[in-house]
Amino acid sequence: MLQQIIDRRLAGKNKSIGNRERFLRRHKDQIREAVKRAVDGRGIRDIAQGEDIHIPKRDITEPVFGHGQGGKREMVHPGNQEYVRGDRIERPRGGGGGGGGGQASDSGEGDDDFVFHLSKEEFMQVFFDDLALPNLARTTLAETPEFKTHRAGFSSDGTPNNLHVVRSMRGAIGRRIALGGDSRKELRRLEEHLETLKQHPDTPAHQHEIKALEEEIEALRARLGRIPYLDPIDLKYRSRVRVPVPTAKAVMFCLMDVSGSMDESRKDLAKRFFILLYLFLTRHYEKIDIVFIRHHTQAQEVDEENFFHSTETGGTVVSSALVLMEEIARARYPTSEWNIYGAQASDGDNWHHDSGRCRELLANNILPLCRYFAYVQVAEEEQNLWDEYSTLSADAKAFAIRKVTEASQIYPVFRELFKKEGATT
Amino acid sequence: MTRRAIALPDPTTDMFETHVPEPKVRVRRAADIVTPPRAEKPLPAPSDWTFELIDQYHTVIRQTAQRFGLDTYPNQLEIITAEQMMDAYASVGMPVNYRHWSYGKEFIATEKNYRRGHMGLAYEIVINSNPCISYLMEENTMAMQALVIAHAAYGHNSFFKGNYLFKMWTDASSIIDYLVYAKNYVAECEERYGLDAVEETLDSCHALMNHGVDRYRRPSKLSLAQEQARREDREAYAQRQINDMWRTLPKKQRGKEAEESQVRRFPEEPQENLLYFIEKNAPLLEPWQREIVRIVRKVAQYFYPQRQTQVMNEGWATFWHHNLLNTMYDDGHLTDGVMIEWLKSHTNVVYQPPVGHRAYSGINPYALGFAMYTDIKRICQKPTDEDRQWFPEIAGADWLETIDHAMRNFKDESFVGQYLSPNLMREFRLFSIVDDEKESELEVSAIHDETGYRRVREALSHQYDLGSREPNIQVYSVNTRGDRSLVLRHTQHNDRPLHDTAQEVLKHVARLWGFGVHLESVDNAGTVTKRWSVPAPSHP
Repeated sequence: MLQQIIDRRLAGKNKSIGNRERFLRRHKDQIREAVKRAVDGRGIRDIAQGEDIHIPKRDITEPVFGHGQGGKREMVHPGNQEYVRGDRIERPRGGGGGGGGGQASDSGEGDDDFVFHLSKEEFMQVFFDDLALPNLARTTLAETPEFKTHRAGFSSDGTPNNLHVVRSMRGAIGRRIALGGDSRKELRRLEEHLETLKQHPDTPAHQHEIKALEEEIEALRARLGRIPYLDPIDLKYRSRVRVPVPTAKAVMFCLMDVSGSMDESRKDLAKRFFILLYLFLTRHYEKIDIVFIRHHTQAQEVDEENFFHSTETGGTVVSSALVLMEEIARARYPTSEWNIYGAQASDGDNWHHDSGRCRELLANNILPLCRYFAYVQVAEEEQNLWDEYSTLSADAKAFAIRKVTEASQIYPVFRELFKKEGATT
Repeated sequence: MTRRAIALPDPTTDMFETHVPEPKVRVRRAADIVTPPRAEKPLPAPSDWTFELIDQYHTVIRQTAQRFGLDTYPNQLEIITAEQMMDAYASVGMPVNYRHWSYGKEFIATEKNYRRGHMGLAYEIVINSNPCISYLMEENTMAMQALVIAHAAYGHNSFFKGNYLFKMWTDASSIIDYLVYAKNYVAECEERYGLDAVEETLDSCHALMNHGVDRYRRPSKLSLAQEQARREDREAYAQRQINDMWRTLPKKQRGKEAEESQVRRFPEEPQENLLYFIEKNAPLLEPWQREIVRIVRKVAQYFYPQRQTQVMNEGWATFWHHNLLNTMYDDGHLTDGVMIEWLKSHTNVVYQPPVGHRAYSGINPYALGFAMYTDIKRICQKPTDEDRQWFPEIAGADWLETIDHAMRNFKDESFVGQYLSPNLMREFRLFSIVDDEKESELEVSAIHDETGYRRVREALSHQYDLGSREPNIQVYSVNTRGDRSLVLRHTQHNDRPLHDTAQEVLKHVARLWGFGVHLESVDNAGTVTKRWSVPAPSHP
């Protein structure tokens, strides 16, 4: 009888996932648009979240032939209170007539949106669709300090928690057999001899020999007894070795101007850009180092929290950040092992003698180290830094500069900077 | 009959049941029902179910159902989670179906409503298949599982097996196989021809789904193996036929005959099954597209009886869970707690909000169906003078025989027309309203009184007629000699116009047909009142 009841609970849910994928795929454009709008309107901390997507109902209705308003029809309703035959009722406005008739809802006329929730993963998927780090050359990445341990047989030393008891005892038995072999053979021979002698114990010569034999046997037994049951050399340990794992390593330098001329809105723009960058990188690469450098007249390496969420004031010397970046790169990120990327955000305001130096630093010291360097200016006016950089960007292939003046521009610019080769935005 | 009633927990009958399909002579009359002795103690009634408990309850429910002679397909109960229930929901209640974005949309909408608590999930989904699959949701309590088993596994199941529409139009033993085949076929097409091409074809087919059924002609039954074996033949043959029809070179024989064939209409008679017509005659469809049209058509046909028997089907299942569980209580199997629990759900299900109520959205098929079967039973057992006058054949007849007959031989339209009693119309306080475009106000045409009973009953019966609920659109003609355009004709019913979505649907028709499509709306007098046209889609 029990076979009539089938437990399907483990048979797997999400049978509809394929249908959902098809649904998302069909409305990709609207979803992408919604994601873009959502990012523009979001606070920095909330960017990496899911989003409610609104799709106009008319875009998702499946049309079928149906009756429209008009003509003549008769509807039966329950719950008559006061009407009698021939009563006339004012036509209800809207709806399907006939006192809110049951078919009104079928008309699909409602202008409400179809709303559904895009999960965080799906959101990020759409968000960073078609984007990739440019020029990432995995092959150039040599030795990495990344290790993975795995088993490699047994060894005779190790920590007690790795002790392999069976192996150790097996070794002990073998050693005991091997060490005692000769002695035991000798012992057996002497015992047999003693046995034959004891059959005729009367002769004094025999008496003497028996005594000697017994002493010898005693000594042999003592020697055998001294063979240790378990010796330190018996102990066997599971051996684990660390094997280096080759991974593509990349480091991203985020450089941001936090000087007085960067007002809140500009800083916000810059931060948004870096947040995008940060999310993008953390999503794409398991192992990626990010170095945050902020600067006013002096540059300083900070952690993520400080980089995004604290403010500074003061003048501006952009080159300080570049110098610091180069120092850090040379000290910690040799180009033989690391793909180095740089992204810089500033309002373009710089101490006027410094901009030329920035260009030289970039051209001579930093760009040779980098696979890609992007500069984003969060202000419209083209000051000397922009001018200097533009001359550079004209001939340096791995260098790009863009302007962003509104939050809504960040996403397109970001996409443009990091779009996959050959992919359309 | 002196046969001793079977003592209740009797394992031997179960062991042999699978070998003996028709165990005994089926009880057909209420008079033949043998009441067993009262159970010594009720079934355990903890709120959490276990497999053993479900088994015990199921055994008793089955025996009770057999006592009333309910004839069912073998039952297969499946325990599923809420999410699986939503999965099943999303693919029109079937355990397996081809993939389409609209099911994804459905799932998202269902899930959203469920999560927000706007909607409880249905307690059950039951599939018209052989064996009949009933889903029991994991979250249900034991009492609810008992309700679901009685409702789905015996109520709906016996309806599927007995009702003439289901017998005629659906093949319970092959549907699951067919859907598996459809799913694989569609997936294969997606792989071969791309998601977009398949999606477009399916979208277009879905738009015509309601007009893809044979209303009068019975389809032939085919097993899965035959289906697959025949497919290739069919593809080849169909293409040949179509090529023939669209032959551009004139035939050799000249003269009268040729001229005659020129004026001959195609199709000779208007065709109601648009999808069938397209499958067989659309000039440009690829063989795989024809097969997809066919799959959608078959699925539509499978659901066609369900759409016509909502009141009857739900009413029947509700009537029987109510009857079976009450009988079990009378036999001493159910505790008071279990009774209160399922009765509460039952009451919610059969609630009919009056018109104007916030929750009102038309007549509740559960409420109407349940009330009608109960009322038929009442008319059989305790007829009033009014009943004798209105239902002379069934007043005082055997109730079991009467409702069995009603279940087997009617659909909603005729069921209401035949059995809705004045008593029930008063109880529901039914009244009918005429909404005529030409009048500025609505008019109450009849209410639940002596002069109005027939009118109300007729109007309600009409309301359940799919023929009047859905616009009557048929293939009218094809311009075989000219631009190959297709003309559809909408015959208006009571001057009701088509909805504006017609234009959108026409685009889908044009996509399938491959050439221009026109739609004419014809009023009662036979004059065309409105035209829609879609030009031929550009051919790649």
